[in-house]
Amino acid sequence: MPRPPTQFPQFSSVADVGKRLASAGYLPDAQISTTVFLADRLGKPLLVEGPAGTGKTELAKALATATGAELIRLQCYEGLDEARALYEWNYKKQLLRIQASQGTDGADWDTVHDDIFGEEFLLARPLLTAIRRTEPTVLLIDETDKADVEVEGLLLEVLSDFQVTIPELGTITATRRPLVVLTSNATRELSEALKRRCLYLALDYPSAEREREIVLSRVPDLAPGLADQLVRTVRALRALVLKKSPSISETLDWAQTLLELGLDTLDESAMRSTLGVILKHSSDQVRAAAELRLN
Amino acid sequence: MSAGPLPVAEPGGLAGHLDGFVRAVREAGIPVGISQAVDAAEILTVVDLLDREQLRHGLAAVLLQRAAQRPTYDVLFDLWWPLSDRPARPGHDTDPSDESGDGADSTLDLPDGGEDLAELMRAELLRLLADGDEEALRRLAREAVERLGRGQPSPSGQSFFSYRVMRALSPDTLVSRLLEGLLAGADRGGLAEQVARQTVRERLATFRAAIEAEVRRRTAAEKGRDKVAKNAVRPMADQVDFLRAQASDLAELRRAVAPLARRLAVRLSARRRLGRQGRLDFRKTVRASLATGGVPVVTHHRPRTVHKPELVVLCDVSGSVAGFSHFTLLLTQALREHFTGVRAFAFIDSTDEVTRFFRPGADVVDAVQRIGREADVVAFDGHSDYGNAFDVFADRWAGAVGPKTSLLVLGDGRTNYRPPGLPVLADLVRRSRSAHWLNPEPRRLWGSGDSAADRYGDVIDMVECRNAAQLAEFVTTL
Repeated sequence: MPRPPTQFPQFSSVADVGKRLASAGYLPDAQISTTVFLADRLGKPLLVEGPAGTGKTELAKALATATGAELIRLQCYEGLDEARALYEWNYKKQLLRIQASQGTDGADWDTVHDDIFGEEFLLARPLLTAIRRTEPTVLLIDETDKADVEVEGLLLEVLSDFQVTIPELGTITATRRPLVVLTSNATRELSEALKRRCLYLALDYPSAEREREIVLSRVPDLAPGLADQLVRTVRALRALVLKKSPSISETLDWAQTLLELGLDTLDESAMRSTLGVILKHSSDQVRAAAELRLN
Repeated sequence: MSAGPLPVAEPGGLAGHLDGFVRAVREAGIPVGISQAVDAAEILTVVDLLDREQLRHGLAAVLLQRAAQRPTYDVLFDLWWPLSDRPARPGHDTDPSDESGDGADSTLDLPDGGEDLAELMRAELLRLLADGDEEALRRLAREAVERLGRGQPSPSGQSFFSYRVMRALSPDTLVSRLLEGLLAGADRGGLAEQVARQTVRERLATFRAAIEAEVRRRTAAEKGRDKVAKNAVRPMADQVDFLRAQASDLAELRRAVAPLARRLAVRLSARRRLGRQGRLDFRKTVRASLATGGVPVVTHHRPRTVHKPELVVLCDVSGSVAGFSHFTLLLTQALREHFTGVRAFAFIDSTDEVTRFFRPGADVVDAVQRIGREADVVAFDGHSDYGNAFDVFADRWAGAVGPKTSLLVLGDGRTNYRPPGLPVLADLVRRSRSAHWLNPEPRRLWGSGDSAADRYGDVIDMVECRNAAQLAEFVTTL
């Protein structure tokens, strides 16, 4: 597999990854920082898989902040096609150009033809934008599993060579390889070929210790004792069979809510009144109330 | 392949050792391609080899492709890259709280053997469990196996047993004292206790896992790791047999179901998309007309919306297939959230419609309990009677199965030697668009004893569906 584009490692060591992500507001564990370090060092895309709300997208954003790179995001959805992911010709502008040239006499076919397939009429979509940039770039391909299988083929081509061929313009090769992060909620198994080209990082809910640190770093005014109680309660909720387990961001929202309400302990009444912040399905709320003896 | 007791004994040094590890990972059922093995070798050149955790996560990043493979991988990693016997100080610990925990040192001057030792260790365990310092817990586990886990020395070498440690320390009896400590005077019976219980459960599980890992490590050092690797590796969640699934496996399986249902939903809707063409897509047509000088030679159309597929699920909920039916009802519930045309029926020796228990948003565990309580699935003695169940279904819900319906029967086909009701089923199959039977029993047992699976197989497409992987495979071929 050729790896032509030059690429400058952004991180000097695993510890460096941890430090710089932490200063960007993301607290990684050993697994995350090791895998990010390898992705950077080996120049491979990073495939992050895990349940919703475990900080997959957040990791990409923090990476961009930590490396001083611009984040380019490709949000996948069912029906995403090349025109939305890679590039598209601005046909309205091309039409205008053709019509404008009809009035003037000198414009022959060749010039018009060369003209309407030039840079000016090209609409670069996220993948092409990321490849053409010369500045440090983090390319986030979000919720890859939502896209159709054909898009995976496209990604495969772009991510292995970091080049795009536009028939009218020629091949565009990356001058600087972007740091690529793909995320997936595992609603569908991604193809083996795509997975093989990526480094795989399975993200799960953080350990109690790490989640407490995250809460305290993001909501610094929260009393440590309450944060501890909060995190342990959230873990008890995650142990229940719920339709949607509370995510990290919901834990943070909850911490913020308790702080705003001026509650200094998480007892039954406090929990009853704020349950909607972390559980968004009524059946989940009923179940949690019954299991945790809120009534 | 050498099976010697020494951890690094293969010819070829590090590369040979890695090769052995990759082969063990493959043997455990994790597919590792050649390019991944090459990547693994490249990892060795980049990570800090003295840092065991870096190596663990680094190799995992290239060798694994699914989260379910991780527990298996971790067990094998611990066997191939064991901690040394005497970790003077786990140098790789990035955990800052570790610096304050001096648990291992304080237990070093314990007396040898006897009741006192176990008592002292119990006290230490209680302190650490209340504290929640996982690294210290792991150190204590190593120490406990060393001192309490030895079996009788035999010619084949020293054995270590986790049950000896657990018996001596009996951590489960510490729960009530732990709860008291964690609750710190708060009321029992309420939210605080439930939360504290969960915390205690988690910490005990950490300790138990650490004991088992240490026993494996020591056994591997004594008897060779290949032997341990064969026995110690538990099947991955999607390979667990439905009929033998334990509570802990079910939790894992449950997590596998939701994506499966979504995948099925995507597949069925994809087929819908590929249907005949519908309304004119103006934008695409104009865009394409550019190629022909603005004349719309080729027209483009929006995909037509086709009516949704209907699915009828007929599920055996008798005791013999409890694990399986629980799982398939979960799948039914998940499907209900994507399709309106799903109807579910449950039977033991009579049949009742249970669709109402699976309203979107309803709680699955509740629904399963309510089926047992409220649905009219038992007419006579509570043993499976497929013949009567099919009769009742065909009689009372004659209109449920039509030319647009996919019929899905879930059950082991064990009739208790009662009439199997083949003609009724054959008629149902004939009336439906497609029909499948998922059987949780291995194919070789079909037709043995009171199983009528082979006879049913003549009239309906019967599919072996023993684990989540097979179910996933079935879903993709549907």
